[in-house]
Amino acid sequence: MNHPMGIQSNPAPDSSFHSPEASAPVHMKTTRPFYWSVRRELWEHRSIYIAPLAAAAVAMLAFFVSLITLPHSMRELAALDRAHQPALLAQPYAHAGMLLTLTAFLVGIFYSLDALHGERRDRSILFWKSLPVSDLTTVLSKAIIPLFVLPVIVFLLAVVSQLTMLLISTVVLLLRDGGAATLWKQLPLFEMQLVLLYGVTVLALWHAPIYAWLLLVSGWARRATFLWAVLPWLGIAVFERIAFSTSHFGLLLKDRLFGFAAGAFDLKTPSGAPVDPHLIPLSQLAPGRFLSSPGLWLGLLFAAIFIAAAVRLRRYREPI
Amino acid sequence: MIVIEASGLRKVFGATVALDSVNLRIEEGRILGLIGPNGAGKSTALNAILGLTQYQGELNVIGRDPWRERDQLMRDVCFIADVAVLPRWLRVSQALDYVAGVHPRFDRGKAESFLAKTAIMPASKVRELSKGMVTQLHLAVVMAIDAKLLVLDEPTIGLDILYRKQFYDSLLNDYFDRSRTIVVTTHQVEEVQHVLTDLMFINGGRIVLDCSMEEFESRYMEVMVNPEHVAAAQALKPIHERKVMGRNILLFDHSDRKQLAALGEVRMPSIADVFVALMGTANSNRAQQPRGAAR
Repeated sequence: MNHPMGIQSNPAPDSSFHSPEASAPVHMKTTRPFYWSVRRELWEHRSIYIAPLAAAAVAMLAFFVSLITLPHSMRELAALDRAHQPALLAQPYAHAGMLLTLTAFLVGIFYSLDALHGERRDRSILFWKSLPVSDLTTVLSKAIIPLFVLPVIVFLLAVVSQLTMLLISTVVLLLRDGGAATLWKQLPLFEMQLVLLYGVTVLALWHAPIYAWLLLVSGWARRATFLWAVLPWLGIAVFERIAFSTSHFGLLLKDRLFGFAAGAFDLKTPSGAPVDPHLIPLSQLAPGRFLSSPGLWLGLLFAAIFIAAAVRLRRYREPI
Repeated sequence: MIVIEASGLRKVFGATVALDSVNLRIEEGRILGLIGPNGAGKSTALNAILGLTQYQGELNVIGRDPWRERDQLMRDVCFIADVAVLPRWLRVSQALDYVAGVHPRFDRGKAESFLAKTAIMPASKVRELSKGMVTQLHLAVVMAIDAKLLVLDEPTIGLDILYRKQFYDSLLNDYFDRSRTIVVTTHQVEEVQHVLTDLMFINGGRIVLDCSMEEFESRYMEVMVNPEHVAAAQALKPIHERKVMGRNILLFDHSDRKQLAALGEVRMPSIADVFVALMGTANSNRAQQPRGAAR
């Protein structure tokens, strides 16, 4: 080999081949590529934390506006039956939590629809595939966003904003001499936050097959991922309705979206009275029933199948 | 050490045969240019080597099956698949963070010192960089990886001549040593001629020529024939003939240099000229491969 550019004169530092494992200079933990892949998702999809932050900001801002009339409302509240006071006090705190949960749901939907599509659209899949990261690691690092990262963000943001709201109302009420003691005594904020933690967990488990399906579609469809994700299900439901005048499939879809509420909570007290959704007491949680419901496990089974299919599919994927 | 070994490598897309029983063997320390017209099967061959596409036949890259072990293989193989595959949202610093996070053979300091020689800022996003700078960034990342095989698929397409020159210069001066192997495809044949140690022409999914540059230089001769010797020269069966400014230039394969020197001025042809000659033959008469080709 005669090289005109004098490369020959550079002695090769090490021209012997070792087996790939033996010569690896850095011993890398298997979880490290996963950790960095999740961080990469957060770099690319900043809406994962910006949208919940914005939702929290909106809830707080609205609450600050309500502070103007807070002392007045507290005086009105004091005149009410003590049994009704906690539910009324809980409302703004519960609404903040609900807004955050809904925001995370929407972010999760659109994130999942883009997760395996964006990298093909912008051709960057060729860069990601040039690195020693398996398709399994890549797909799992994307699936964990709606299944774990978003619920954690929702919970932490809810706790922080609820505590801020409580603190500020206390200051306002102390200054205006209007019932800070009632607020602290009657608002079961810690219990609400435990229920919220249970709620976001239940929701993530129940919606897991939805996110997994969206991920699969995002890896499969060349374009119009949203339509591919939604229309087949609607089509089946409408077909069944027209052809057989039944709506089992439609009910199944409805159950997958909203069924967690009836599945994981006792929505009626033992006396038969409906539970106020703003203030669900710990006693109304039904984790045993939820964990033993076939709907949960069937859903998780489908989620696993969809994710496995997405992993397998990514091997064949190239830029679109 | 054999870095890439394929036998009977075949890939069919519908009715199109992209690779037709390709056999190849690439040894450590070579810089191989894979040259072929559009649709010749170059990218398919590279994709098979990189584990990006399924194939029939046997293929072994650094002791691994690329299709089944892509992620493991990528510890030892790097590739730049044309320009602009770095995502536009990525920051330069994030690119380094990520590769450092997932690649056990990445030397971040090395990448940073390559980047320090360019105008690229660590806080810049890829979308803010020019096409040439994106390639510089990608090359800086790749050169900081201690890989055994580097695959470049049209790495300089769309770049101006300064960036192209710089690209190959840094590759040779800062990266290549004899323990590494580089496979490059390009249409800018003139620019890689002095870089290559080996040459492979591919056409219609088949390897039309496979030789080292030394072999190429001794094997192919171009003669600018003196007008009075044209008939005599044509009798020696040139593989190609063209006319430049009224002079006949004949290309010979495996001919006697002394005999040719009597007919006119003998010189080494460019890769591009031999390419045109062989592709012309291959395209007009695919069944009959040129001598000594398609091992």
